[in-house]
Amino acid sequence: MFKILHRETVAPQVISMTIEAPYIARHAKAGNFVVIRINEKGERFPLTIADSDKEQGTITLLFQKIGKTTEVLGKMKTGSSIRDVVGPLGHETPIQEYGHCVLVGGGIGSATLFPILTALKEKKNKATTILGARTRDFLVWPDKFSKHADETLLTTDDGSSGRKGLVTDVLKEVIETETVHVVIAVGPVRMMQAVSALTKNYSIKTLVSLNPLMVEGTGMCGACRVTVGGVTRFACVEGPEFDAHEVDFQELANRLGFYRDEEMESLQKYKTTCKGKCKKTN
Amino acid sequence: MRARDPQKRRRDFKEVALGLTQAQAMKEAKRCLQCKKPKCVAGCPVEIDIPKFIAAIKAGDFKGGLGVIRNYNMLPAICGRVCPQENQCQGNCILSKKSKPVAIGALERFVADYEIKSKAKDEPVTIKPNGIKIAVIGSGPAGLTAAADLAKLGYEVTIFEALHEPGGVLTYGIPEFRLPKAIIHREIERIKKLGVKIVVNWVVGRTETIEELIAEEFRAVFVGVGAGSPKYMKIPGENLNNVYFASEFLTRVNLMKAHQFPAYDTPVKRAKRVAVVGGGNVAMDAARTAMRLGAEKVYIVYRRTEEEMPCRLEEVEHAKEEGIELVLLANPKEIIGDERGYVKAIKCDKMILCETDESGRRKPSCSGEEFILDVDQVIMAIGQTSNPILVKTISGLDLWGAGYIKTDYDGKTNIPGIFAGGDISTGAATVISAMGAGKRAARAIDGYIKSLR
Ligand SMILES: Cc1cc2nc3c(=O)[nH]c(=O)nc-3n(C[C@H](O)[C@H](O)[C@H](O)COP(=O)(O)OP(=O)(O)OC[C@H]3O[C@@H](n4cnc5c(N)ncnc54)[C@H](O)[C@@H]3O)c2cc1C
Ligand SMILES: Cc1cc2nc3c(=O)[nH]c(=O)nc-3n(C[C@H](O)[C@H](O)[C@H](O)COP(=O)(O)OP(=O)(O)OC[C@H]3O[C@@H](n4cnc5c(N)ncnc54)[C@H](O)[C@@H]3O)c2cc1C
Ligand code: SF4
Ligand code: SF4
Ligand code: FES
Repeated sequence: MFKILHRETVAPQVISMTIEAPYIARHAKAGNFVVIRINEKGERFPLTIADSDKEQGTITLLFQKIGKTTEVLGKMKTGSSIRDVVGPLGHETPIQEYGHCVLVGGGIGSATLFPILTALKEKKNKATTILGARTRDFLVWPDKFSKHADETLLTTDDGSSGRKGLVTDVLKEVIETETVHVVIAVGPVRMMQAVSALTKNYSIKTLVSLNPLMVEGTGMCGACRVTVGGVTRFACVEGPEFDAHEVDFQELANRLGFYRDEEMESLQKYKTTCKGKCKKTN
Repeated sequence: MRARDPQKRRRDFKEVALGLTQAQAMKEAKRCLQCKKPKCVAGCPVEIDIPKFIAAIKAGDFKGGLGVIRNYNMLPAICGRVCPQENQCQGNCILSKKSKPVAIGALERFVADYEIKSKAKDEPVTIKPNGIKIAVIGSGPAGLTAAADLAKLGYEVTIFEALHEPGGVLTYGIPEFRLPKAIIHREIERIKKLGVKIVVNWVVGRTETIEELIAEEFRAVFVGVGAGSPKYMKIPGENLNNVYFASEFLTRVNLMKAHQFPAYDTPVKRAKRVAVVGGGNVAMDAARTAMRLGAEKVYIVYRRTEEEMPCRLEEVEHAKEEGIELVLLANPKEIIGDERGYVKAIKCDKMILCETDESGRRKPSCSGEEFILDVDQVIMAIGQTSNPILVKTISGLDLWGAGYIKTDYDGKTNIPGIFAGGDISTGAATVISAMGAGKRAARAIDGYIKSLR
């Protein structure tokens, strides 16, 4: 059992949770994730380790409530416990002295980008972050990013904060005015695809952190397979980061939608049977 | 052995094979000739004293019979159900030349089940703890057996398991209708009673490395992590929606209980027409599971003939009785999808059998003809290979083949204090051979610890 020590709403539908997990905290690196099962009947699902504290023995997760499982997790209170948490899984992000790195985050992508940002800064890279969201309220951790990045640029669809427009608009300006050595993009599939298409024109090395469906997360099932450079790769052990210019985004989008009917059914049932107010979390 | 009516059982997950009645068991036991040099024993990977346990059954001493088996095999209720007996003990039985071999597996299952039914309490084992800590990595049959034997020798054993439940393939791979989970739970509880600690959600190599385990508290380590990584064919269309690797399909159902969705949160797609590719136990399990999820038509697509199928005889018999169709001498070359990225058909080469290969089976080769099966789901069950997560993190460890751990007969690796056995050292094999490896390694670890003093 893994105890929730702290819980906070950071944006509408977005929650951060700090959990007691000393062994995971001790070994967590930027880019790693955990697989969680909330309770006996729960599914296994991955969340990035958004932050970790070796001394305190804690990890912090940041998640968006989009389906039944994240709804249930979002309702869990400080002091209660999650049944299963396993990790750290996945490859760590290759952190080098790249020079100028541009980190592009859409929505909940901030969870993955934040540890990468701090690791890149430890290696004395120059880092520009571009965070995008629908409106101002939906920006995730803008203050935390501005504290660590050399420059943090915000964009919103409606212009309520930062620039009005898409992250790719801002990224294009940065590329055209400054030398960029590497771009790291995390967010919705279509956003990562757009970033990839843009940077390909400029031949800038680009990494994306993919979010395929996963089951166990240790390379034993193949649920998380993605096509990169024409070859099948298991994102949970060989990723989740890959060279953006080689990724088959259409296949990823198809596979992510495979259980849409079941996901809707699950959420509907949860909402109608207990309207999210059940004591028991299943 | 008696089995449930195929028409009923093909739509539920309750156990198929019913086992012998007491009268049937005693009658079957009488058929054994009690050979002086029993051939059957040589066929059993853990060399159970088969005539002795059968003699006990004949005398009506079922508990005594079980006692004989337990000296060699910790998990008789499991082996009696899943051993490929026709290639092992029974395949060697002297009676198989003239008539039918003694049903050794069924008898083994009978005594194990008899004990469960009679709710007999375990006889307490006296263990003299020696305070020496040993780590076992992986809780499949290899790890469980090594842990139990080491505990009986007095060691303080901790098993580390990556998944949230122990049991390895027994838990996440082999379906309920063939091996009820209650039996596995019971065996695991028995092992815990010996003082073995089981830590789940712990991926050695990630949560902690072997080096850290050894440096921190453990004097020796047994690695029994299995060969869990799925193989696939690398043909076009393999990543379409509704193409599953058997490991994912079976894990969703067996470990995550997706057949009970939405009561359980994990979904699995129920399809109408399913093609399962492969001819081993995994393929049979996947096909029969798809049938139980409501498929109208299930094909098993295999590139050789029924004779060469590596699965247990009983499994293919049961599959056919349940209405599963074998499509033999067929090798998939493409999975065809629709415009939304979903499977709609599978294209296969028609094969012919040519000369025999290294495995002694005749080699399939393309006939030049091809054909198409209309299906809406494809399950790939063409084998498993080693998972690199742990192995990669042990520097200097000798490997062979596709990343399997090199060991001697007793499970010793080239690194002192690190032992291994089961599928991770042999490649995908059987439950009983994994157990045998666990047993030998426990003895070798004891020898190693004593040599340190
Ligand atoms: C390596 C990795 C890291 C991730 N990190 C984060 C993170 O830090 N924060 C965050 O909010 N989300 C993260 N995700 C996505 C997260 O796993 C899903 O949002 C979550 O599983 C949704 O579950 P649900 O039941 O609430 O929603 P559902 O109703 O089940 O699904 C909603 C959507 O979530 C996705 N999803 C569903 N199940 C899974 C699954 N088992 N694995 C992956 N995606 C799934 C699907 O695309 C689906 O469209 C990550 C995914 C991956 C692969
Ligand atoms: C579907 C299916 C059906 C089968 N049917 C039969 C049958 O009828 N008869 C038969 O004899 N054999 C059968 N087999 C084969 C048999 O199950 C295996 O040979 C046997 O289970 C191997 O045992 P093992 O202990 O070596 O490994 P496994 O049973 O594979 O167990 C390994 C365990 O180690 C864990 N693990 C892996 N990596 C790590 C890590 N880094 N840290 C911690 N834990 C880790 C895994 O999660 C797993 O629980 C079948 C196999 C499958 C897949
Ligand atoms: S353990 Fe398996 S091979 Fe050995 S006697 Fe029992 S059923 Fe036969
Ligand atoms: S070989 Fe057959 S007949 Fe002989 S002891 Fe073994 S089981 Fe009995
Ligand atoms: S999630 Fe199972 S192989 Fe990646």
